[in-house]
Amino acid sequence: MSWLTNFVRPKIRALVGGPKKEIPDNLWEKCPGCSTMLFKRELEENLNVCRACGYHMRLDVVRRLEILFDEGRYREISVPKVLVDPLKFRDQKKYIDRLKDAQNKTKRQDAIIVAEGTVGGQKVVAAAFDFAFMGGSMGMGVGEAIVTGARRAVATKSAFVVFPASGGARMQEGALSLMQMPRTIIAADEVKAAGLPYIVVLTDPTTGGVTASFAMVGDIHIAERGAQIGFAGARVIENTIRETLPPGFQRSEYLLDHGMVDIVTERKNLNETLTRVLRLLRKDKGGKNNFLLGPVPHGARSSKRI
Amino acid sequence: MQVLDFEQSISELETKIEELRHLSDGGRVNIADEIAKLQVKVEKQLHQVYDKLTPAQKVQVARHPDRPHCLDYIKALVEDFTPLAGDRLFADDQAIIGGLGRFSGQPCVIIGQERGHDTESRIKHNFGMAKPEGYRKAQRLMDMANRFRLPVITLVDTAGAFPGVDAEARGQAEAIARSIEKCLNINVPLIACVIGEGGSGGAIAIAAGDRVLMLEHAIYSVISPEGCASILWRSASQAADAAAALRLTAQDLEQLGIIDQIIPEPLGGAHRNREEMIARVGNAIGEALEELSRYDAKTLLNNRREKYLAMGKKSVS
Repeated sequence: MSWLTNFVRPKIRALVGGPKKEIPDNLWEKCPGCSTMLFKRELEENLNVCRACGYHMRLDVVRRLEILFDEGRYREISVPKVLVDPLKFRDQKKYIDRLKDAQNKTKRQDAIIVAEGTVGGQKVVAAAFDFAFMGGSMGMGVGEAIVTGARRAVATKSAFVVFPASGGARMQEGALSLMQMPRTIIAADEVKAAGLPYIVVLTDPTTGGVTASFAMVGDIHIAERGAQIGFAGARVIENTIRETLPPGFQRSEYLLDHGMVDIVTERKNLNETLTRVLRLLRKDKGGKNNFLLGPVPHGARSSKRI
Repeated sequence: MQVLDFEQSISELETKIEELRHLSDGGRVNIADEIAKLQVKVEKQLHQVYDKLTPAQKVQVARHPDRPHCLDYIKALVEDFTPLAGDRLFADDQAIIGGLGRFSGQPCVIIGQERGHDTESRIKHNFGMAKPEGYRKAQRLMDMANRFRLPVITLVDTAGAFPGVDAEARGQAEAIARSIEKCLNINVPLIACVIGEGGSGGAIAIAAGDRVLMLEHAIYSVISPEGCASILWRSASQAADAAAALRLTAQDLEQLGIIDQIIPEPLGGAHRNREEMIARVGNAIGEALEELSRYDAKTLLNNRREKYLAMGKKSVS
């Protein structure tokens, strides 16, 4: 690789010419928000957020966990295996083959990782979706992971934080995937019944049966900036109402306006927000301005009167 | 009655019988014989077709406009029905009917999706596709049932929750999630009966019950076969293949452990003998109610949660 392939933008590179085969096409990425060409290494350092316009691109699930947990350290929790392809589903391709492809591509059993560690010193069990695995779709394996994570949180008295990134239920598992909706809601309820925080961090995209189940029953809903969040797909809605959708429809900010999420945050501020919320919910006595616990310094009282 | 494409020859025979009946006013014996013969033939053909309906044909039967709908069942089976309206938050959604009534003498709460039977009523009920206010009305009524210890009966018949801008703006996903949660948390029996089409999240929102009954030719699916085909086959015309692959028939779902009981339909489907169908549904719900009344609230709740926690863990034959 030469300086040319490393630092020159693809368009210019094409003008300069050079051996075509040697050009790796993954060094630069175009921002879907503002079309700026972004140097991939820089983009990754910036948590997949465009430095020009702040557009939040999707984040790889492992990276997600690395930036979530303190010092990037976490322990993955294994999820019991579930029945594979009970429907023997086949469209243009066999589901079992799609599943194997996704497993080979991601080196994961299913579209989710369950992990535990600390976030700002608070014990957390996290369940994060991998959108690269069949669109993060929820079948029995994902349902099992949510149940496993919830129970681990209860057993270790940890908060349970889920990061959905999903197109919805996995249709290749038919009504069995539909049944993961009540199933995951029961799991979330177990965490809440144990008096532990159940936090949902909605990331791009969260749609369909995932939104309409465990993702909408959190104690607190935090959405990453600009994430698509909704029930019905935009295309389906357009076909039903036969008109174009309003700008910003089904985005985090739209959900905030409509009362469905508590907080919309930039990715870089997510951990700080999460930590603050967890500390407050768990009555952690830390905090910078500890008025209640520390003695008030002489003369520090406000002279303001009502 | 609307004739489905695979019922064509049966319908022709039925028309012939009708014609002969008009002729037979003259009292000629051999016409009566002819009618009897034709009726035997009709029955034979109905058996031939309806004993082995394909999944795609079942989709058609489940959506047949002349099938008894929610209000038909309520009218025939529920005494003192008192419809209750509104979610106390925004509006009353007529896609979901709900209210108090007496089912074989027993006061209970009835909730169901109504699709309507003609243009006017279909518009009134939004074709059975509920908006958040519908699911929030269902939640409110389940809460009330819980407070007064009344069993809940739900009648499921929807293509799905309404996909519209207003529905999304008011939190369709949240409304469905909370409605499922409510089904799972009430301390009274919940019997769900899929009478026609059980369309995805819009259906499970009121169907996470202790007993889930399903009519013989009803369907229940995570996505409509048309929707599935347009995504996986990239063409809605492959809906028949999708219907087969999704395993959305009552027989498949019983095998998968998703539903508890199939209610047989009269020969030729519910639309051929509505009264008989309604009576059978009434009996099945009555039996389930009686059975569930034996459990105390704690057992009921535990069993229901265990049932849904096991979904997908059970071995499948």
